[in-house]
Amino acid sequence: MCLGIPGRITAIVDEQAMLAEVDVSGVRRQVDVLCVAEPGKPLAELVGVWVLVHVGFAMSRIDEAEAQETLRLLASMDELAGELDAMRNSARV
Amino acid sequence: MQFVKEFRNPHLAEALLAQISHVAGRIGRTRKHPVTVMEVCGGHTHTIFRYGLDRRLPANIEFAHGPGCPVCVLPKGRIEDAIAIAHRPGVILTTFGDAMRVPGGSGSLLQARAAGADVRMVYSPLDALALARANPERQVVFFALGFETTAPSTALTVLRASAENISNFSILCQHITIIPTLRALLEQPDFNVDGFIGPGHVSMVIGTQPYAFIAQDFKRPLVVAGFEPLDILQSLLMVLNQIEAGDARVENQYARVVAPQGNPAAMAAIGRVYEVREACEWRGLGQIAGSGLQLRAEWSRFDAEKRFAILPHHLADQEQCCCGDVLTGRIKPPQCPAFGQTCSPDHPSGALMVSSEGACAAYYEYHGVGEAA
Repeated sequence: MCLGIPGRITAIVDEQAMLAEVDVSGVRRQVDVLCVAEPGKPLAELVGVWVLVHVGFAMSRIDEAEAQETLRLLASMDELAGELDAMRNSARV
Repeated sequence: MQFVKEFRNPHLAEALLAQISHVAGRIGRTRKHPVTVMEVCGGHTHTIFRYGLDRRLPANIEFAHGPGCPVCVLPKGRIEDAIAIAHRPGVILTTFGDAMRVPGGSGSLLQARAAGADVRMVYSPLDALALARANPERQVVFFALGFETTAPSTALTVLRASAENISNFSILCQHITIIPTLRALLEQPDFNVDGFIGPGHVSMVIGTQPYAFIAQDFKRPLVVAGFEPLDILQSLLMVLNQIEAGDARVENQYARVVAPQGNPAAMAAIGRVYEVREACEWRGLGQIAGSGLQLRAEWSRFDAEKRFAILPHHLADQEQCCCGDVLTGRIKPPQCPAFGQTCSPDHPSGALMVSSEGACAAYYEYHGVGEAA
């Protein structure tokens, strides 16, 4: 919940609703990108950007090297699998 | 030693440890007592134990493991509130996985599920809202917890529910804020922490300015830190350098993620949706004035406490457990009589044993039961 997990924004799902698709180590899910969007700019500029995702919300932009290093660290701390499981197993319907 | 090899840059880690040792040596020549540095955040606690950083410190430098694990400070009464709502007819109660295992007075949310309540794990409040959309005949409640890191996500979800006019969604709000609690700790006369490693992702939201009082009024240094072992070692060195120089400033080691002003969009969402909850209870610490958040009157239709007319439960902490003394740095986990006896990760009685970010669970996993600090 507090560590956050790096992901790369792959597509804008709904410009109006500020929703984008993020790829987190191969798991794709929708995230809210309001907190990393530049006011006044189209969301399309976010595609390809790496972000730190906390409970389904992109909270900070990070550079790719930083993202890869954090993913490696999370994996070595056995945190990555838990986060990905939580994403996959989240109740939605 | 083997842990250090896993670092991004083992040479840098050794160099930082050597510098820490030198500063500690110089500090040790002028003061008898050890220097205690509190890492506020549970994520930092986890990194410290996972990489054995506490074992690599000079004898006169100690970590105290602070109250920044939101799951660990969940009061028993609040779990009971959640359980009471979960047992109402037609309710789906959702929350994060860790929160489901925290023992309340009558058991945990997992046990409530085993007893027939519809309790579901969600990764995100957005998923709880999706459940509400998909099940219009049910009442979907999100048990919302966490510091400023996750408070914006719940706030934005409430705004989304409002915009979509989703009427079968509500939240049981247990969001808390770290600043009043740090102030309460510092005001305790026997609080003997000399400096702080500040939380990274809370600061990503609130920025660095809210900590200024710690330096100005309480003359303690605080360094906002990232989550890698190297970040923590570097931040510890920065704290020790300040202590040696007699300085007390707020510094930011985690500038790659934390902007001095925080995240304006996240702060705006917090300000729009919540107001300060006057009385807020923390497990192990008791009531801390002004340390909680609740929905503003404007959003009260999304407030599960009001929707289900819940009378809040207030339950004393487990008598045997010394969670409060661990949270304030007065004792190490093995000094608690329950540690490893009646309280273990498989059967936690105190919440510090529940989350991997809790000091007791981390201690248990990486130091074992028999080992004192």
